[in-house]
Amino acid sequence: MRHEVKFTGFGGQGIILSAVIVGRAATMYDGKHAVQSQSYGPEARGGASSSTVIISDEPIQYPKVLEPTIYVIMSEAGFLKFGAGASPEAVMLIDSGLVQSRPECRCIEIPATMKAKDILGKPIFANIIMLGALVAATGIVSEEAMQKAVLDSVPKGTEDLNMKALRLGIEIASNGGE
Amino acid sequence: MTRVDFMQGNIASAEGALAAGCRFFAGYPITPSSEVAEHMARRLPKVGGRFIQMEDEIASMAAVIGGAWTGVRSMTATSGPGFSLMMENIGYAAFTETPCVVVNIQRGGPSTGQPTLAAQGDMLQCRFGSHGDYSTIALAPSSVQEMFDLTVKSFNLADRFRAPAFLMADEIIGHLRERVEFPDTVECTPPRPIREGMLPFEPEEDLVPGFTPFGHGHRVHVTGLTHNEKGYPASTDPDLHERLVMRLIEKVERARHEIADYDIENPDAEVVFISYGVPTRSVRQALLDAPEGLYGHLNLRIVWPFPENLLKKFPNARVFLVPELNMGQMAREIVRHCDQPVISLPRLGGELHTPQYLLDRAEEYR
Repeated sequence: MRHEVKFTGFGGQGIILSAVIVGRAATMYDGKHAVQSQSYGPEARGGASSSTVIISDEPIQYPKVLEPTIYVIMSEAGFLKFGAGASPEAVMLIDSGLVQSRPECRCIEIPATMKAKDILGKPIFANIIMLGALVAATGIVSEEAMQKAVLDSVPKGTEDLNMKALRLGIEIASNGGE
Repeated sequence: MTRVDFMQGNIASAEGALAAGCRFFAGYPITPSSEVAEHMARRLPKVGGRFIQMEDEIASMAAVIGGAWTGVRSMTATSGPGFSLMMENIGYAAFTETPCVVVNIQRGGPSTGQPTLAAQGDMLQCRFGSHGDYSTIALAPSSVQEMFDLTVKSFNLADRFRAPAFLMADEIIGHLRERVEFPDTVECTPPRPIREGMLPFEPEEDLVPGFTPFGHGHRVHVTGLTHNEKGYPASTDPDLHERLVMRLIEKVERARHEIADYDIENPDAEVVFISYGVPTRSVRQALLDAPEGLYGHLNLRIVWPFPENLLKKFPNARVFLVPELNMGQMAREIVRHCDQPVISLPRLGGELHTPQYLLDRAEEYR
């Protein structure tokens, strides 16, 4: 099974890192195959940012996304550019405090940035909350693999808060979202 | 124990260079190759090597040549505009028989073109870009693993032939992240030292002279002028010049079948794809999507010197289809070596041929 996941948001939210973490979880800890790439341009903090990761049980030949099956969207601009054209079979996780529009496909609303600020004290954990929600909603990687990949990727001293963020995301999505 | 990581192609290339014993890097950052330089800048000082950021790519290539002549494996990494600037000194490296590695993460050209998007537009430039006649060694990776493996191989080939070797990657593979395995040790074959009684530019039987870097006990003179076997200028002797240039070409070209590095799928097919670098990924998916055995595929990991005998491995081929991220640069070379029609499938703008596009084109020739 080939899953194509698209992450969009603005620069600084950790959109690219999110895709890298999912790819790392799949290849390093779940024994799956993954390729990750990103739109690559002058996307400084605040500009539009997007990245993709493909996960499959089989070796992945074609490395680019053809038709995303899963979206993680963390800005309205990202929704308009990519999410609006999602196929009806896709699954979409949105940061409900930042994205006003809603898609035709199955949509799980996660108030990630708000919860990151309110519960963890910093909006910077929002992408990890989204990753927790992604695991719970889609199971494309195991919870354990995601934990390890997050710990591999975050700065020392932030492990506990990032694990909290991950669990928060899992909780929210397990309850069907907001 | 083999180390495994989920890593970007550019970083894997830098790691391959370090594993191959590269201890000198001179360069000038340029998108989409900069991660190679960044990683070398971080890592080289920790392993006793030297990283230097030069004022431009002309100087970078000159410094790499200087590094190589101290007997240290040396490299640079760049992209289109920087590669163009390196051309003069690449000719100098070829003529002075300096082993070194140039990584080119190709982007859309001409000129500054598309800094952030993939292309394969420098395939003829790496073969013919510097003035005068010479031959060249060029490799084309199609995975992050091959960014590592073929960087190592580039160093070995550069040393074996005493010639610059080019890793001709592209933005997609350079920035792709996927699983890569690092072996504990890699095969490193240093250049053959000069034999007692031989001169610094006196060829052995394989037409390659033994290598004696500066400070290794021999008197060596290195010049971009036409030179005799001592290395001294002799630029007005027509026969000497002809012999020298023909040897530089022949030392690489005569080994083309022996060093060929390739994959063959479905050799009995009548419609055959030929690819190198990232379009190989599209072709492989297309073959998986097509009825089994319907289409053939030749994937080249060494593009120059061009191993034309491989075309004969497809005895039933009626047509060769060549998808490239350029206007048919290698297709031109393939045309020279076969009687069948060669159909160039160019793709410009930075996006890769989709598998379905390739299947649609192939269908037209069934």
